[in-house]
Amino acid sequence: MRISVEQRLRRPRWLTVVVPVGSVVFAFLVAAVVLVATGHNPVSTYRQLFDAAFLQNQSIDQTLIVATPLAFMGLAAAAAFRMKLYNIGAEGQMYMGAIFGAAAGLYFGGRGGPAPFPIAAMVVAGMAGGAAWALISGVLRAFFKTNEILTSLLLNYVAGYILTYLIFESESYWRQTKGFNASVFPTGKPLPHSAVWPGWTLHVQGGLTFPLGAFLAVAAAIVLWVLYKLTRFGFEATVLGDSPRAARYAGVRMRRKVLAVMGVSGAIAGLGGASQIGDFSHSLDGDPNGLQKIGYGYTGIVVAALGRYNPFAVVLIAFLLGGLENAGNTLQGPDFPAGLVGVIQGIILFSALGGEILSRHRIRVERRTKRVPAAPARAPEPAA
Amino acid sequence: MNNSLLVVLVASGVAYGTPLLYAALGELLAERSGVLNLGVEGMMLVGAVMGFWTVQRVHANSGITLTLAILVAAVAGTVMSAIHAFLVITLRANQIVSGLALTIFAGAVGLSSYLGNDFNLADVPASHTFHALLPSGMQSLPVVGPILFGQDILVYISWLCVIAVGLYLSRTRPGLNLRAVGEAPAAADTMGINVTAYRYAHTLAGGAFAGVAGATVTLAITPQWVNGITGGAGWIAIALVIFAFWRPELCLVGAYFFGALQALAPQLQARNINLGPTVLWTSSLPYVMTILVLVVVSSGTARRRLGAPAALGVPYVREEH
Repeated sequence: MRISVEQRLRRPRWLTVVVPVGSVVFAFLVAAVVLVATGHNPVSTYRQLFDAAFLQNQSIDQTLIVATPLAFMGLAAAAAFRMKLYNIGAEGQMYMGAIFGAAAGLYFGGRGGPAPFPIAAMVVAGMAGGAAWALISGVLRAFFKTNEILTSLLLNYVAGYILTYLIFESESYWRQTKGFNASVFPTGKPLPHSAVWPGWTLHVQGGLTFPLGAFLAVAAAIVLWVLYKLTRFGFEATVLGDSPRAARYAGVRMRRKVLAVMGVSGAIAGLGGASQIGDFSHSLDGDPNGLQKIGYGYTGIVVAALGRYNPFAVVLIAFLLGGLENAGNTLQGPDFPAGLVGVIQGIILFSALGGEILSRHRIRVERRTKRVPAAPARAPEPAA
Repeated sequence: MNNSLLVVLVASGVAYGTPLLYAALGELLAERSGVLNLGVEGMMLVGAVMGFWTVQRVHANSGITLTLAILVAAVAGTVMSAIHAFLVITLRANQIVSGLALTIFAGAVGLSSYLGNDFNLADVPASHTFHALLPSGMQSLPVVGPILFGQDILVYISWLCVIAVGLYLSRTRPGLNLRAVGEAPAAADTMGINVTAYRYAHTLAGGAFAGVAGATVTLAITPQWVNGITGGAGWIAIALVIFAFWRPELCLVGAYFFGALQALAPQLQARNINLGPTVLWTSSLPYVMTILVLVVVSSGTARRRLGAPAALGVPYVREEH
């Protein structure tokens, strides 16, 4: 008997659904093994997990708070990965978006004027901040062929130090310097009321608030989909990702595409950073145990890869993984060690990667025919 | 004299550079076989947490415990790299995405953090740590004392590893076969070299080195467990392999240079030297310098990526080449 793996000529439709679902199921089974091995009961752990993620009162509300940044980070990664430009700096680009967005909110929020203006300024500033930070890696890649994976990742640490520095080690514009609390522990200056982003509340499940950022994330997904599916730009970027040589022969301008795609990817991450400030924290949070500890940018890579870089799938998966992450935060304690959620996410990603082979290849089991009296010890190699 | 900033920086550069060196040597072996593993940071963290756990749980004399801890860390790193090896060598998954997945799975928000929390390892000092090996008379010699003789045994072993890897790659048959596998797997296959076996073996060896690198951090440099303690060292190690043009002796030079940069921030702080926003620029320096050196290496005369294995990142499938 011989097992061979051969390429499928056509990819059956049903596999595009079965593979991700199967990956998730498989991941939970493997994570259950980890749980048992470290002395936890997987059934009750998982029940708690789903309760805290989606079923309890206000759990979806909390899930949205995590899902919104995850959707931005997933879209940022998807935008670049699609062109095989591995921007893994969404984390740092998000910090920069938060820094720029907070500056715009603090500056314009205090000067009166119509309410939407400070918010619009924050959106623009956040996108600019994220794009500028991503373009460092973009320029280095386009002009010096420097590996963007390493530069964008290393810049995450630099952005983290800048964020900490602005709140903890300097008297910067972002830092609250007045009041009793500020003298005890360094904090960010709160946004003026007019710069706080609005939310829309539905009265189900004990109140469900959709933050403005969630709508912006869906809008960004639509824009990204249109960009990649319906425009020449998106087509050229996809060709460049699949076959750089073909793209060069077709006259695609490599440098411009790299810069544009890095810029778009960074702008989405930066918008996520601005949304963190405007929607949720309402002040710049430089705490290494706060925004920096969560690592939305890295989880965004998982989200993008699971959504196979399709913007709408990314948004959906951000919601599901957001639930997982939210449950992880609420349940954290001796029964539910931190890091478990990362373990589950990692296994989901591994099994999705492994599952890819099922959708790209067919596994065929061949039996040797009995009529051949002396089968050769090894099947002859076909001439390549 | 032995307390001058320069001597202290070089001496601590050697100490801080040692985990970078171990990790870079491991990555070098994997990349020479054609497998890019971006999971170094995650493998280091799992090695770091498991090494620390061993030291806290095993009650034996210091030497045995520490040897055991290094072994456990190496095994932990190997297990992590096995996941990557299976995905990219057998299943031919995308090496970049799989490596990133490994870092997410094992890293600061994943398995290493889970194990650290579950074993309650945070906020306790290590029960046994590596100390300077040689007699104090030798350590107090001017200049060479602290730099060469004031180090722990892991530093000396890392020197042996550099020599061993260098000789392996240039003077032994398996080493030459390894280079063939990384440069031209189809040709190597025709010569009767088992490409899959070589790739597995060296990816796993890379994991073992990364695990030891992690344990060096938690048992020699900062003897404690803190979530995400390696702070990006795994990524610097990957960059180091590129600057070193995939050569072990240059990995050593680069590792000590970046080690010294990492030592700069605490040293300046300890000496109360303030140069502008010191904390900001000294802590960012290793990362920024890594980027700058990468730019220099990847552009200009070195553009053709001297020494990069030609098949790096490309899965090998017989009959498809």
